[in-house]
Amino acid sequence: MDWYPLYNSLRIAVISAVIVFFTGIAAAYYIAKLPRLIKGALDVVLTLPLVLPPTVVGYLLLCLLGPRRTVGAWVLETFGARLTMQWWSAVFAVTVVVFPLMYRTARGAFESFDEDLARAGKTLGLSNSYIFWRIRMPCCRQGIIAGAVLSFARAIGEYGATSMVAGYTPGRTATVATEVYQLWRIGNDALALRWVLVNIAISAVVLLAVNLLERRR
Amino acid sequence: MLQVNIQKKLGDFRLDVHFETGGGVLALLGASGCGKSVTLKCIAGLEKPDKGRIVLNDRVLFDSERRVDLPPQRRRVGYLFQNYALFPHMTAAENIAAGAPHLPPKERQAAVAEQIRAFHLEGLEKHRPHQLSGGQQQRLALARIMAGDPEVLLLDEPFSALDSYLKWQLELELMDTLKSFGGDVVFVSHDRDEVCRLCQSVCVLTDGTSEPQETVRRLMEAPGTVSAALLSGCKNYSRAERLDDHTVRCGDWGVTLRTAAEVPANVTAVGVRAHHIVPIAAGENDIPCTVVRVIEDAFSTVVMLATPGGNTGKSLLRLELDRGRWAALGGPDRLTVHIAPEQVMALTGGGV
Repeated sequence: MDWYPLYNSLRIAVISAVIVFFTGIAAAYYIAKLPRLIKGALDVVLTLPLVLPPTVVGYLLLCLLGPRRTVGAWVLETFGARLTMQWWSAVFAVTVVVFPLMYRTARGAFESFDEDLARAGKTLGLSNSYIFWRIRMPCCRQGIIAGAVLSFARAIGEYGATSMVAGYTPGRTATVATEVYQLWRIGNDALALRWVLVNIAISAVVLLAVNLLERRR
Repeated sequence: MLQVNIQKKLGDFRLDVHFETGGGVLALLGASGCGKSVTLKCIAGLEKPDKGRIVLNDRVLFDSERRVDLPPQRRRVGYLFQNYALFPHMTAAENIAAGAPHLPPKERQAAVAEQIRAFHLEGLEKHRPHQLSGGQQQRLALARIMAGDPEVLLLDEPFSALDSYLKWQLELELMDTLKSFGGDVVFVSHDRDEVCRLCQSVCVLTDGTSEPQETVRRLMEAPGTVSAALLSGCKNYSRAERLDDHTVRCGDWGVTLRTAAEVPANVTAVGVRAHHIVPIAAGENDIPCTVVRVIEDAFSTVVMLATPGGNTGKSLLRLELDRGRWAALGGPDRLTVHIAPEQVMALTGGGV
């Protein structure tokens, strides 16, 4: 059994989860401070990938990153690199699909934070960065960790947008999800089942971790 | 000395506050939602006034004309929040240390030890806030504030979350703390008893606007305005017209009363405290009444009296007597009561 799809899935998920961890927290923190109208509009845009079919996200990404499209053509001309059909193209797809999960959970955690703690910190002379990293983040820790783990779990299982943006090339862009589909299509049910079990095992472990974290809360 | 002179608009609400502390404890007294907390936040730099000036011991904290607006970190204002705002993930010692971020580590440890001793928190250093009692939490919050050596102390309804027995204990402790604290103190409250016990001067806030500050004693004896009288706990009011320097016509009660103090030209109402009404006629300032209701309180009897002005709403008088004293009167249907001219408070301003 060639383990490349598992390795590829894991590295895509880890990279995407790290990107989403920081961007999701930053978005949750700064958007909460905006005026209500802008906040509402941004909230809809950032949460949309959660409810759209991943194929729609994939289509929109191809419109942007495809070799003959605006960003894709510019990168191809300047750096000589195609943004699609590489193993890391899947990172674009997975990041966009998973972002709302991190953003939403972080926002929920920040909203339940008692702002008087931040105010008290200021009157005590604590710097804003101390208040963010040493007071706000530790108080919201559990929600944020749960969001990160959930994002990682979803990142491992992403199929639709990944298959459109990165395609399926054995040994190059294959992930666990796309491998299962290919094996089933060519009738190799036995091997497909083994990948299915691998996928279920990983996802179950991650979700168990989320539950443990939430129970401690 | 803290001088506050600020204006701020919040939607339909207008804040317009002026006061000055001259040593001692100043109370900001007002009903909830009158702008007390916003005022404290403006002093601490957590809210920005639209206009005005805040000066603390010759340091300008805020001045809209000279565009001065010090960040809260540099104001040296100690702020005791209603729920104490202790950092839940830190131990008691770490919480106090967080109050002295400007000190080098060694001195900070010394400051923590000093505050632990001063606020009787020995043995609780490693406890987290949720493991402490309400009283210990308040002491910890004060210890954390004092570690930063503030120049002024702002107390935002520090007893609102406590039951009455614990509250009394904490009040005694807070009195000691305030005595040993050299700087000015601004105490926000809606409870006149608290204010009487803890403060020397008082500034009444009504719908965001402050009245001239006065001593607590004077507020209780001669509140001046209807809203101040309400906050001082006065329960009987009638609309009133000035007849001469010492006589008012009380419309709602249907009587004319003499006053000891001079009646201001713009008088709108009179107020009489429930325990200042005497159930014995004296020949002057007497009101013939009918007993409407008798209500037994814990240790006193409340008697509602219909006046010549009527038997509903503001026309009623509320009389409070010891239970025994009411029993001695034998439960009459009619009762003539007397109000001494010294106890008739002529008031200005709206509200009645």
